[in-house]
Amino acid sequence: MSANTSKAAIDIRNTSKVYGKSRVNGVVALDDVSLQIRDNEFFTLLGPSGCGKTTLLRLIAGFEQPTQGEILLFDHHLEGLPPYKRPVNTVFQHYALFPHMTVSENIGFGLEMQGKADAEIHKVVDEVLALVQMEYLANRKISEISGGQQQRVALARALAPRPKVLLLDEPLSALDFKLRKEMQLELKRLQLDTGITFVFVTHDQEEALTMSDRVAVMNEGQILQVGSPKEIYDHPARRFVADFIGDINILGAEILSSDSARASIRLSGGFETSASLPDQSDALSGKVSVAVRPEQLEFIDDQESAALRCKIKRITYFGSGSHYDLETAEGESITLRQQNRLGGHRNYEVDDQVNIALNEGSLQILAD
Amino acid sequence: MAEMTASVAKPVTVKAVDLKHQPGFSVVAWTCLIVLYAPIAVLVLFSFNENRSVALWTRFSFDWYVKAWNNEGIQNAAIISFEVALVAMVASTIMATMAALVTTRTAPYRGLNLAVTIINQPLMVPEIVTAVATLTFFAIIKKATGVTGLGYLIIAHTVFCIPFAYMPIRARLEDMDLSLEQAAADLYAPPLKVFRRITLPLLMPGIMAGAMLAFIVSLDDVIITLFVGGPGETTLPIFILGQIRRGVTPEVNAVSTVFLGFSVVFVTLIFLFGKNKK
Amino acid sequence: MTKSSNHQLPESNLSASVIAAEKQLKKTRMLLLAPGILIILLIGILPLSIVLTYSFMTPGDYGGVKAEFSTAAYVQLLFEEDIFDETFSFTSSYLQIFGRSLALAIFATVASLLIGFPTAYFIATRTPETRSAWLFMITIPFWTNLLIRTYAMLLILRDEGAINLGLMKLGLIEKAIPMLYTNFAVCLGLIYAFLPFMILPIYASLEKLDFRLVEAGFDLYANRFKVLKRIIIPLAKPGIAAGCILVFIPSLGAFITPELLGGGKSLMIGNLINIQFGSSRNWPFGSAIALILMALVLVSLMIYVKRSGEKGASAHG
Repeated sequence: MSANTSKAAIDIRNTSKVYGKSRVNGVVALDDVSLQIRDNEFFTLLGPSGCGKTTLLRLIAGFEQPTQGEILLFDHHLEGLPPYKRPVNTVFQHYALFPHMTVSENIGFGLEMQGKADAEIHKVVDEVLALVQMEYLANRKISEISGGQQQRVALARALAPRPKVLLLDEPLSALDFKLRKEMQLELKRLQLDTGITFVFVTHDQEEALTMSDRVAVMNEGQILQVGSPKEIYDHPARRFVADFIGDINILGAEILSSDSARASIRLSGGFETSASLPDQSDALSGKVSVAVRPEQLEFIDDQESAALRCKIKRITYFGSGSHYDLETAEGESITLRQQNRLGGHRNYEVDDQVNIALNEGSLQILAD
Repeated sequence: MAEMTASVAKPVTVKAVDLKHQPGFSVVAWTCLIVLYAPIAVLVLFSFNENRSVALWTRFSFDWYVKAWNNEGIQNAAIISFEVALVAMVASTIMATMAALVTTRTAPYRGLNLAVTIINQPLMVPEIVTAVATLTFFAIIKKATGVTGLGYLIIAHTVFCIPFAYMPIRARLEDMDLSLEQAAADLYAPPLKVFRRITLPLLMPGIMAGAMLAFIVSLDDVIITLFVGGPGETTLPIFILGQIRRGVTPEVNAVSTVFLGFSVVFVTLIFLFGKNKK
Repeated sequence: MTKSSNHQLPESNLSASVIAAEKQLKKTRMLLLAPGILIILLIGILPLSIVLTYSFMTPGDYGGVKAEFSTAAYVQLLFEEDIFDETFSFTSSYLQIFGRSLALAIFATVASLLIGFPTAYFIATRTPETRSAWLFMITIPFWTNLLIRTYAMLLILRDEGAINLGLMKLGLIEKAIPMLYTNFAVCLGLIYAFLPFMILPIYASLEKLDFRLVEAGFDLYANRFKVLKRIIIPLAKPGIAAGCILVFIPSLGAFITPELLGGGKSLMIGNLINIQFGSSRNWPFGSAIALILMALVLVSLMIYVKRSGEKGASAHG
């Protein structure tokens, strides 16, 4: 589970990566990024394509050098070191298995390059094959095995040399849905069994939430927020994070007063309540945006204590639950999600006027 | 009822014009093919003619091949041709491989385009101009150092073979995913080992194709060899040229046919190597 | 991706080890490029400057040059010196050779285009298996020895050659038609030599053609010739341009073909150069001619690059 030791496996300090001659003409893939990844942690870099997550991974692996900044592995500086001198291994998105070698030869390659004796290589290869449950494929050629099997071989190959950190670049993206789900559990199990720090890159927020100890949400070369899946989901600090992970409602509000953690706010319709403040240095005042998850909204009968009065614009039924598209009296669009439990609630219809209650604890003020 | 059946019109079949068939194009194509091979066919055919004439067919015979085989001039020329071609092939392929590794699959850097242009330079200058330039240059060096020998011809061949070896190697390299070499480096392989264990084995078909192309191009060369080669440095094409100038003989036909056969085999092999990719 | 940030990136804050790694990369690069580049520079490019120099010198007594500056070589192109009264009179004999070379090269290019385009179109519209077979068959002559192929053409064109004998046997002619040692023979030889150079690039262009565009065009024009003219040919222009330049340039500088098929009567630039370095022992003159050929080739290349650049732009319009 979450590491109790706070020793940083990877420490990234003010790192930037710029492609091209200068910042103005070039492409800024990473913009002054700082991050600490703990030992024995399943850490995920999450973001849309082009956000810089793969670039960051490649900087750790050594396939690119940072334009600025430092990258430390257990307090050792990595900048300038070529990949073959870094005790980290990578699982590539398209596996990059050596086509002219067998499965065993692929897996044993790292050990061979480390100069290990043949006997030891055999032993470790067998162990790792057992770990990923592929013992029967040892002597097959790469072209003879399926995509899912290739994925496991790529994993085995990266694990065999017992790296301190394992980097995984969207390794599940080429798999079909069912296999993907299986491998997510598989990877989680492997990380727990081996105790190796996993740095996982993905654009799939659901994947990130299910597998990770902590997640870093990235966009446009910057890290927007780092936290456990629950923290990221319940308390998104930025609009992008709130929007990228799951569905979100954004309401306009005004800050009446605030302390270090919470603020009193008044919503557009006049309802006064309180909300969490985001972790950040700048104090917020005046008009802000407040985020609330669709499943945290509730229908209530009592109009007086309702936070919002809305009209139902559309109802989408999806079996286990229903999705309500609502419009507030002030014209804001929000959604409400509810489970379809028998006898749980009234039947609503389009154009009904409804009252919505907000749970104070679920309201999050956004920093932008 | 009658009106109804009358009003149901017969479906109009629109004849689809197949634009893949243009009138006359197939005739041109087949004629082209026939004309391309006809002279060669005649040449080959009459190399088996017992009669000296290259028009009157008398009897099938291997005589001229035997004569050609025993001809000392042809033997020497063949040996020199192969010597030059072999060395030029090896030297040009090595240099082309090194150059290809550095000019392919890389982010643009200063001088990249210039380097590629220089490598392809021999292809852009008319052969006769290259022949003249090389001749004059070597004449100066020969005078200055007094050194003679086959080396000059070999060097001249190597130079124009480089772009020919370069092309297939570069093509093969571009097909190779960089991630394989990155994976090897990631797995603790230093650059030399990456090259030996990953790049080279996977690049081999391209290198083979390039080498063979260089070999055949050197073997085939006439103009540069004519200018740069000295007495005693007669290659097979130069020998054939001399024979043709003196008059048409069936021995020439025989040698030419063997030469052609060799080329065909070679080209087929190159074709197959190119297909044998991943 | 470019998002303005509050933090300023200092001019150069690369750590020393990163800079060192980049230096190492550059060094390896230079090392690997060096042999190939150097040898081509030395043997391929440097000697061209020697040719330039030689063209401004005096012929040596036994070939080679004497280190005396002279523009006689260039003068000789246009003017003949009367050895008796040392006056210069205009001579067109060399200009004729240049003219003939240009004319033959243009003829050969046009003829190759007329033959090559339909052939390439035909091949491109076959099934993939048939296509491979056709390409293979067209490619083989491409790589066989030019001398031998030209020799084969000589065998056919001779008075005692296959064509003449065949026609005589059929009773169509009584005496052999002299075809060899004429401009016609040389032109034929050039086409025969370089036709595959025209077919392959046009094929490459046509192969990428989406025939749905062509069919859409047919809906518009309803006339196959218009479709050909307005749609197919413009789309194949890059291939056509490449094919033309690949036939024109070698034809201009051809040597073997006119040597074998032209006799002494149909001289082209290549033969002229050869004579200067052979029997005439006039290296400066030969150098001058070689340079002019080089210039003509460069001009043709520049025209090609410029036109294909324009076409490239308009094709995306």
